[in-house]
Amino acid sequence: MRSLVNNGYQPVDSPVDEGTKRHWGFVEKLLLGLTPREYLSQAMKNPLNWVLGVLFAVGFPVIIYRFVFGLGAVTHSSNDYPWGLFLGFGLFVMVPLSASGFLLGTTVELFGRKDFKPIERLGLLNGLLGYFFAVIYLLMDLGQPWRLPYPMVVAWGTAAVLFLVGWHVAVYLTVQIVEVSEAFFEWVHWPMAKIFIKRITIGLTIAGIILSTLHQGALGALFTYAPSKVHPLWYSQEFLWIFFFTSSIYAGLCMLIAVSTVVKKTMAWRCSDEWLKKLDSQTIGLARGASMALITYFVIKVVGIAHDNEWAYLATGWGQWYILELAVGVILPLVVLGYGIRSERVGIVRLGAFIAVAGIVLNRLNTALVTFNWNLYPEIPHLLETIIAVTVFGLYIATYRFILYRLPIVYAWNPLPLEVREKATETAAVPGTLGQHSAAFSDVSLLD
Amino acid sequence: MEKITRRKFISVSLGGAAAGAFVLSGKAQGAGNFTGYPEGMGVLVDLTRCIGCRTCEAACNREQGLPEPALPFDDTSVFDQEFHGGQKRRTDENAFTVVNRYDQAEGGPVYRKIQCNHCNEPACLTSCFVNAYTKTKEGAVIYNSKVCVGCRMCMTACPFRIPAYAYSSATNPVIRKCIFCYDTRLKYGKPPACIDACPQGVLTFGHRKNLVKIAHERIRANSDLYVDYVYGEDEVGGTAWMYLSGVPFEEVDFDVTMQKKPILNNAQDFLSQVPMVLAIWPALFLGFHRLSTRGEEDGDENSNLSNREESQS
Repeated sequence: MRSLVNNGYQPVDSPVDEGTKRHWGFVEKLLLGLTPREYLSQAMKNPLNWVLGVLFAVGFPVIIYRFVFGLGAVTHSSNDYPWGLFLGFGLFVMVPLSASGFLLGTTVELFGRKDFKPIERLGLLNGLLGYFFAVIYLLMDLGQPWRLPYPMVVAWGTAAVLFLVGWHVAVYLTVQIVEVSEAFFEWVHWPMAKIFIKRITIGLTIAGIILSTLHQGALGALFTYAPSKVHPLWYSQEFLWIFFFTSSIYAGLCMLIAVSTVVKKTMAWRCSDEWLKKLDSQTIGLARGASMALITYFVIKVVGIAHDNEWAYLATGWGQWYILELAVGVILPLVVLGYGIRSERVGIVRLGAFIAVAGIVLNRLNTALVTFNWNLYPEIPHLLETIIAVTVFGLYIATYRFILYRLPIVYAWNPLPLEVREKATETAAVPGTLGQHSAAFSDVSLLD
Repeated sequence: MEKITRRKFISVSLGGAAAGAFVLSGKAQGAGNFTGYPEGMGVLVDLTRCIGCRTCEAACNREQGLPEPALPFDDTSVFDQEFHGGQKRRTDENAFTVVNRYDQAEGGPVYRKIQCNHCNEPACLTSCFVNAYTKTKEGAVIYNSKVCVGCRMCMTACPFRIPAYAYSSATNPVIRKCIFCYDTRLKYGKPPACIDACPQGVLTFGHRKNLVKIAHERIRANSDLYVDYVYGEDEVGGTAWMYLSGVPFEEVDFDVTMQKKPILNNAQDFLSQVPMVLAIWPALFLGFHRLSTRGEEDGDENSNLSNREESQS
């Protein structure tokens, strides 16, 4: 793509083809305004496609194998470790990393922080995709995935925390689809639908924060059902849900910083100049929020130890692992973020965000897998289970990129008809801009 | 502006209240002055009498129509089997009860039978989001495979690590565990198959409340033989199956640190916050919204749209 853009190619960002002055067709929009041959040729040049291709070639047969021969064929089929990587990583890690949806919605729509508007859509999309793929992971893990709607329609176990998780994730997923659909409606050019979404935004955002508070917390509360299985340092009957909720705040914000960094580095051609220009200041703003959540989280973790009087455990091997998790996953990113914010060095801030994301992964895996059954035996996930987990993550990346290439998430859709734009450019006295574009665009055909 | 906000406020609050009521009604099931199951049956397992003949395992296998095991039921070499770093045998999809041997420094070995303990307030039941489990009035904890989604939350929640999963099945994996022979025997007032089969009188079947008395009676009558504790009387709110032992319970792999209150109570701190969040958040955050966007001209959503367009052109 980079070479195409250097040669003057302008990716689709409005309903109208600037060269031929007619509306883009749906397939043309899907191909970013390239001919199928041009599209294929640029796709072949992208090394990530080759990596994903190899991954899917290995992973998809394994997924089929899992559904033909059952969970026992791809996991260590343990009655002592009912949950493996699919839930340990796919659900307990993906969901906090997707908290950016409700956080950015709340920041921009509720608290009126318009300065975060440019990155809001990326936050919403990150939330939607994270939840969506958490459900995909869930489908890999459930013994009878076709019964996923059962807690909604067939049998209601209303007293269970998992019931809450199920309902809230389902409802919140719907909310997030509606929130992100605003960008979709721009792209397919349904202005009335977009106006309708605009109208219900406040309601959706409030629904989002309620649902998120509860199910982010509920994921932690799930482990209160296993008091004798999770190590006491990671278990807190009263606070586990608050730990999970609070840490999801910095997890979501830091994931958004991490994703926007990757977007900036790998697909700057797709980002609008305005988005790129404002990214650094927004990154520091997000990091400010994240560092507040990080320090809160650290304090309440210490309060948790004091509340249950678990100091003695800190002297054990598990205690060292716990201290390491807090040191690397909480204190280190806090220090790095703090330094980056103070010195306004956005690169340092980004590094801190990546560390915080890794810290969340460590914490959730520790709670769900590593310290689970701490007095029984450790469980190392099956190779095929790991391959499926990585494959689904690859699918997540591919979907993420597919949407970012097309929908107006990191660039702004220009809905104005061409005539109006021409007039606007004329009055702005920048003659020749359009002409340059169309001239450059005709060069694209020379590229392959 | 004023009007729109109030309407939104009401609609959001109503939604929240409905969802809150929903959760509250669910919570009421598990809370309150729960007095157990007065008619509930139970079994008292006396470890001092068990000789490890595994007749109960064979009877269970027959009664429940389970597949034949790799080694016959009179083969005592299974006691030497070890799994996953020294773990003894456990219940699985093809064995709803298992007897393990614990060698002692003094005296003969102690044998311990394990199966579902049929808790008074089962963690599997209260953690299940499709109500696949039922505690019958006779005291059995039974399972409905027709609604099970296969999330295995019950396995995570069971403090005794009893529910096992048919991991080998791709099309209909289900949870498998002892159901107190509910369908074939308990329902008709008969004791489960393992009890009828036991040649040593290890297992005493009866009303749970009577069994508690019998257990304490036995301990008092033979205080030199028994540890002064009835395991299962109070554990996680009491279980239908209870144990007497001649050696300290921790020496035969009982979890002696197990909490006395039901597992559900642990989650109730969180569950009780749910209606509060549902009730408070809408007003709280709408309030924040009003405060933080007050006086702004573009408080109206439609102007956001034009903002975006302006920044474009």
